[in-house]
Parts: sequence; C-alpha cells; structure tokens
Amino acid sequence: MAALLELNDVSARYGQVAALHGISLTVGEGEVVALLGANGAGKTTTLRAVSGTVRRSGEVILGGKRLTRSGPEAVARNGVAHVPEGRGIFTQLSVWENLRMGAYMRRGRPDFKTVLDYFPWLDARRNQQAGTLSGGEQQMLALARAFLQRPKLLMLDEPSLGLAPLVTREVFRVVTDLNEKEGLAVLVVEQNAAIALGVARRAYVLETGSIALAGSADELRSNDAIRTAYLGY
Amino acid sequence: MAQFLQTVVSGLALGSIYGSLALALVLIYKATEVINFAQGEMAMFTTYISWALITHHGMSYWPAFFVTLLIAFAGGIGLQTVVVRPLARASVLTVVMATIALLVILNGAAAWIWSPQLQFYPSPFPTSSWVIGGVHISKQDAGTFGVVAACVVVLALFFRFTKLGLAMRAGALNPAAARLMGVRTSLLLALGWGFAAVLGAVSGMMVAPTFFLTPNMMQAVLIYAFAAAVLGGLESPVGAVTGGVLLGVMLNLITQYVTFVTPDLQLPVALGILLVVLLIRPSGLLGRAVVRRV
Repeated sequence: MAALLELNDVSARYGQVAALHGISLTVGEGEVVALLGANGAGKTTTLRAVSGTVRRSGEVILGGKRLTRSGPEAVARNGVAHVPEGRGIFTQLSVWENLRMGAYMRRGRPDFKTVLDYFPWLDARRNQQAGTLSGGEQQMLALARAFLQRPKLLMLDEPSLGLAPLVTREVFRVVTDLNEKEGLAVLVVEQNAAIALGVARRAYVLETGSIALAGSADELRSNDAIRTAYLGY
Repeated sequence: MAQFLQTVVSGLALGSIYGSLALALVLIYKATEVINFAQGEMAMFTTYISWALITHHGMSYWPAFFVTLLIAFAGGIGLQTVVVRPLARASVLTVVMATIALLVILNGAAAWIWSPQLQFYPSPFPTSSWVIGGVHISKQDAGTFGVVAACVVVLALFFRFTKLGLAMRAGALNPAAARLMGVRTSLLLALGWGFAAVLGAVSGMMVAPTFFLTPNMMQAVLIYAFAAAVLGGLESPVGAVTGGVLLGVMLNLITQYVTFVTPDLQLPVALGILLVVLLIRPSGLLGRAVVRRV
C-alpha cells in the first residue's frame, strides 16, 4: 500500500523540552492507524508535528510532498484535517458557521448534503450556538467540520475524552463509516486503547517521545504482555 | 419637547462618529487584544489626504471621499504589515507602545506636510435644515448619521454573510483552530486593520466640517471613542456603535440641561462615564465577561 503520510526521524520540542525523539511512522491511503501510549508520551505532539502547530525537524511527507517547513494553514491546504485537543470548536459561532468554516478552503458550494447524511441531527441544530452543544455533539461537529475540509488524512486527538462510553462508541462508528465509505485515512490518538484497536488496522505505541512498539491491531490486542505493559487493560 | 428632540438628534450625529471610531478600535481589539492608540491619528491623516485631494487636486467631494477610503484601506494594511506584523511574537504591551509611537509619528508628519494651522474643511451637506413638528433637523447631522450608518451596515453584512467575514470572526475567536481550517490569519489581521482605517477615515471626514481640520482634531474624538467602546463592551462591535450613539446623545443632553456643564466640560464628563462603567460593569453594556479556562 502506498504511504499517504510518512514521518521520518521527526523530533519536536516545546522551548527547551524535547517531546519527540526522532520517530518514524506511516499511514497508508485509506488506512486507520492508532497512536497509543500514556500521558505525556508524545501522542498529541506527533499530530501537532504533522499539522505544523509545533516546530519540528526530520521529514513530514504527505502524498509525496514534503511539509516539514509548512505552517498549519499550508498543511491544511495540502489535505490534512486536524481535530485538535479540546476539539477547536468556535464556541461563540453557530453550528452552521462552524461547518462553513470547515469548507473555508473549498471553492463553490460546500457539500453540506453529504455531511448531513452522516450527521443528520446537525440540520435541526444549525442556528444553535456551538458552545451550547453537549461534549459528544461538539465532537461530532468537529468531525463534520473536518470532513467538510475534504481532507486526505483526518487526525483526531483523543475523540473519547470526557465522553460517556455510549457516545464514544457512536463517535468511533462515524469515524469507521467515513473511513469505509469515503476512503478517508485516519490517524487517531487515544488513551482508550481498547476502542481504538477495535477501529484501527495498525497501531503505534509511544513511550516518552519514542515509538516503543508497532504492529497490527490484532497482534497488539492478542499479546497479553503488551496489553498489560502498555495498554493497561 | 422640541428642544429635547433636537438635542437628541444632533447628539445622534456626533454619537455615530464616536461609534464608528469605537468600532474601528473594537475590530482590532477583538482580533489581537491590542488597543490601537494611533486610530485617531490614522483618521486625521486620511482626512488631510481627502482635504488635499479636494483643495489642491481639484477633486469634488464624493470622488475624493471614496478615493480616500481606498487609500485608508491600503494604508491600514500597510501599517499592519510594516509596524504590527513584525511584532507578532511580542507582548501586547509592546504592540500598544508601537501604536503610541505611530500616533506621535502621524501627528508630526501631518503637521510637517500640511502645517499645523487650522484649516476649513468642506461639508458635502447643505447647511439648511428640515423642520418636522417644530424640530429642526440639520441636513449636516442627518447626512453624517446616514453616511456612518451606511458604512457600519455594509461592514456588518460583510462579517455576517461572506466567507471572508466569517473567517475573520472565527480567526478572532480561535486563531489556532482557524489556521487548521486553512485560514491565513495573518492576512486577515491586515485586512482588519484596513477596515479599521476605513472606519476611522469616515469618522474623520465627517467630524472635520464641525471641528475644523488640525493635526490634533481627532485626539478628543479618540477619547470619546474609547469611552464609547468601553461603555458598549470592548469585545462587542454592536456595543461599540451603540455606546457611541448613546454617549453622543447623553453628552448633548447633559450639556443642554445640566447648567454647570458647559461644552468645554464634555470631555471630562465622557471620562467620568468611562470611569463609572469601568467601576460598575467593566465588560460594558453588551460585552460579556471574559472567562478563560486555565
């Protein structure tokens, strides 16, 4: 499978503090890949290194194009939708205005119809202020908005954070849908390894800024030693 | 009663001028949390440009008006690019200091280019007035109010209905998230300065026929605009305009009916209002208290 996203020896730091020590990973076209690991292992930083919201060195290549020197606007324009920690909803804008922002880079009329196929409830809430949605609804809105960017790669940072288990399952069901029906490649960061491995084909386990383990989701799930040592379930 | 209404009507005209300059302040404040102290001098400078176009280059009023708006727009973008953008990583205080430097420079430059002497500035409106039910409405006041209102409405429509306007609002609320949607926030900040400069130019050109043209013409107006912006809520564009109109009407009423307040005392009264608002309701009439999650 051709690699859509390729990280080669990528390091990143916040001021004096190094957060990533030369990690390498790939995400294939139409593939779902999970990034697992404990708090502070560098999962969020890895996503930020891709989207250009943290300074990085090494190589970030998307669809054959080097993005290592690109800022977040340029990375977005090259086809990466990053739903950041905290979801990045414009809380004071309406639901509909948030969706229009997702389509900001697109010419012509945004494809709201397809979005409403996946998120039918958004239609009735279009004029509601986005900040008044529940956490799960905000996560869905962030997904819908990211989908309107028509990205090649969708990056999700802890979509389950603060959500009830049922809602989390619903969020991941939509992610799976988008992957299967739209062929969208997904790189998802999760603390909840069980649910992430249920959706992802492959996974990387990060530990203190380096990749400790990589493998298919099935391998990682079936290996008891790995499960207890790294995944905590 | 007629006296009262008349006082209100002429207050509306001045108030709309304060409101448009206050709106200019709020546009920049919302996007960057910087109070642009040079806003008044930018307005003064562009008003001089329009004056030069009319008196030295033989343009008639309205063409000069619109050419000036274009120049102001370009100038605002230019100032942001040259003075403010290089300070993108500096603290807010540094940027505020830069705008104060800009204030001094523009003031000096205007005096140097056009001499500090008082100049007569033409008005596009006739000096006559309409009489409706015993209330004299001067065409000057009505015209001023109309021009400012038109500008504010056009700007509001832009922010409400265009993609670029939406992106500017989103960029002001959450710049990091907006950039992830592909918004080039630094360009939009420059655009914001352009709009603010246009609003300032409008307020300058509308105030100049009454106040006469001098390099210091806008300094009092800027203080009224501060008071208006704080009154309405520094975070709220609607509040800024409302605050300006309210302030204009209130000041007019106070000078009319409170005998010891002479027109000379309007400025201290405006500052008094500013102080009271800051003490009682710091977020302003229409602003919401900013709560930040830590």
